[in-house]
Amino acid sequence: MVPSAPPGEGLRKGRRVNPPPVERTTRMAERVNTNVTYIRPVRGWININLRDLWLYRELVYFLTWRDIKVRYKQALLGIGWAIFQPVLSMVIFTVIFNRFLGVKPDSGIPNEFYPIFGFAALLPWQFFQGALQRASVSLVTNANLLTKVYFPRLIIPLSAVAAGLVDFLFSFIVLAAMMLYFGVPFTARLLWLPLFLLLALLAALAVGLWLSALNVQYRDVQHMVPFLLTAWMYASPVVYSAEVITVSPFWQAVYALNPMVGVIQGFRWALFGTNPPDVSMLVSAGVVLVLFVSGLFYFRRMERIFADMI
Amino acid sequence: MSDIAIRASHLGKQYRLGALYEQRYRTLRESLGNLFRRGEAKSHETIWALRDVSFEVRQGQVLGVIGRNGAGKSTLLKLLSRVTEPTEGEAEIHGRVGSLLEVGTGFHPELTGRENIFLNGAILGMRRSEIERKFDEIVAFAEVEQFIDTPVKRYSSGMYLRLAFAVAAHLEPEILVVDEVLAVGDAEFQRKCLGKMGDVAREGRTVLFVSHNMSAILRLTEETLVIEKGRLALRAPTPQAVDYYLSRGFAREGERIWEADEVPASALPFRPLAVRLRNPRGEVVNSIRSAETNTIEVEYALDAPITGLRVGIYLMSMRGETIFTSFDTDDPQVFERLAVRPAGHYLSRCTLPADLLNEGRFVIGINASSYRVRRYFQDEQALTFTVDATGAPGTQWPETRLGAVRPRLEWKIEAV
Repeated sequence: MVPSAPPGEGLRKGRRVNPPPVERTTRMAERVNTNVTYIRPVRGWININLRDLWLYRELVYFLTWRDIKVRYKQALLGIGWAIFQPVLSMVIFTVIFNRFLGVKPDSGIPNEFYPIFGFAALLPWQFFQGALQRASVSLVTNANLLTKVYFPRLIIPLSAVAAGLVDFLFSFIVLAAMMLYFGVPFTARLLWLPLFLLLALLAALAVGLWLSALNVQYRDVQHMVPFLLTAWMYASPVVYSAEVITVSPFWQAVYALNPMVGVIQGFRWALFGTNPPDVSMLVSAGVVLVLFVSGLFYFRRMERIFADMI
Repeated sequence: MSDIAIRASHLGKQYRLGALYEQRYRTLRESLGNLFRRGEAKSHETIWALRDVSFEVRQGQVLGVIGRNGAGKSTLLKLLSRVTEPTEGEAEIHGRVGSLLEVGTGFHPELTGRENIFLNGAILGMRRSEIERKFDEIVAFAEVEQFIDTPVKRYSSGMYLRLAFAVAAHLEPEILVVDEVLAVGDAEFQRKCLGKMGDVAREGRTVLFVSHNMSAILRLTEETLVIEKGRLALRAPTPQAVDYYLSRGFAREGERIWEADEVPASALPFRPLAVRLRNPRGEVVNSIRSAETNTIEVEYALDAPITGLRVGIYLMSMRGETIFTSFDTDDPQVFERLAVRPAGHYLSRCTLPADLLNEGRFVIGINASSYRVRRYFQDEQALTFTVDATGAPGTQWPETRLGAVRPRLEWKIEAV
């Protein structure tokens, strides 16, 4: 039997088996041809394994589908909840913020339009909120999978976020109905909506990657998320107009760092044509990009200990 | 192309002790606390669950893996199926690995049988087209045709298991990793699973089979790895490996004591302390006489009261067949009286009546659980002992009697 290696041995071995670039390409070729998998310790910041992600793409679909299906099973109203939740929130916000507290919509939008003004924000906000909530606990709720079978772990938060899209579609129908009721014209600006939705999705995924990985190690995260989301909602122009942030250019810049500001402003612009996207939209997109890329790397780095820590 | 399916070289997996025995995850407060106490913080204690394990498996080979609980078998399978990454060493896997680490992984009780087949198949790495192609075959194997659109939460446990196994068995991976699936299910199901595994091997695919069931290992595999304390102790033709394992693994003398660090955190508040076998003179022994009344005692501590606790033993043959199971609260009146067992230090003792067991070697396993609530602790191989037939019925003939038990039955011979 080989005598046990000194403590540093493992580290050296780990470096040695990572072949230099030239050798790596030949190995990659071999990997594709003969379907060989190499299992070895990986250290440092791992590159994203897109090949595996692609191979398992159908799993994203199945897990998303499972989440949606299970969520509404044995619920009397079923998918109706996807409609009631934003509608009820809209009613409450309209009564409290608009009628009682006198909060006004964006300048240029009549006060009676507050319900649809609020709904235009609730739509992306509730999508973001639900996606982030599910994503942050997704790894822990799927612990039984993580400890039993291999698949790219990124799939789990990814499908948790994607599962919110169906809800979004249903509440979008409500929005369309409200547009008819309030007489909001259907313009070509609406074609921009998918882009703003994508931004909300990426924002939820970006933060979800960070929080889900952190939650594996620190369960504090799941207690923190509801609070974080409440605070985040008030830091976004959901119930009020972003125009109220007039304290100083400094605070306006800080405000723009919240990607949901860009998303909600975008939705309102697409519907009402107020406050067209400006440089703050780019700031939002930039923040999402930074969070997403860093989240991806953090997630991949922590991925190898998920099964041992969870 | 070589005919190697798996090549493992110097595989090792290190765990932080805290990660294994204390609570698995940390809270932020603890980590922050450690941050400030860095100066005095002792280096993390670590344990090698697996160390320096090297072996090769040829394509089409059925290789057995045996070892005591905690020897590192599961860690090895987890490394090979990429659930966790090795700390050192590397392995080369030629082809797709399908693991039956636990049947029914990812089954969702609310979904129907049909939906679960697709979901589970996808989790195990099957393409949707592949699942569609094999769908009928899977349903037929599981014998759940009429219930295919019923949520699996309404399935009997047998149906559930059959369906779960059927999906995994039809994965058609080049390498199939099987961990103790045979411990569950009825005899018919086990027969079917073993048959399916035989088919898989005949088709030239590689099987890695982990089990405590020595007869299954002997039947299915030609070669076997024995893992001991995280190291590869032996690789040999199966009969030889089984002999080695049986003689080595059970070297304890009529007593099994659990050290504090051997008890998994999941067992708490139940803490097993010892299992002992005593002869009528009260001596702790590993060899008893069939004709005498002996005692098995389980010593344990409860750190907190447990509702509905039952502490019991399994008696098994060396081949892994269970002969009987018995719990200390089998008597309904006793169970009622001890509905909540207070915290404290206990000794549950039972008598093994005279004229019960045939000569041979037996295994005692222990189990502490609350029915349908939780299994606190289980060790299927806590202790082994030998039974000597001296004085047992029929010993006037020096022949080997078949059967695990040797009761003294009352015979009447009448001339009619």
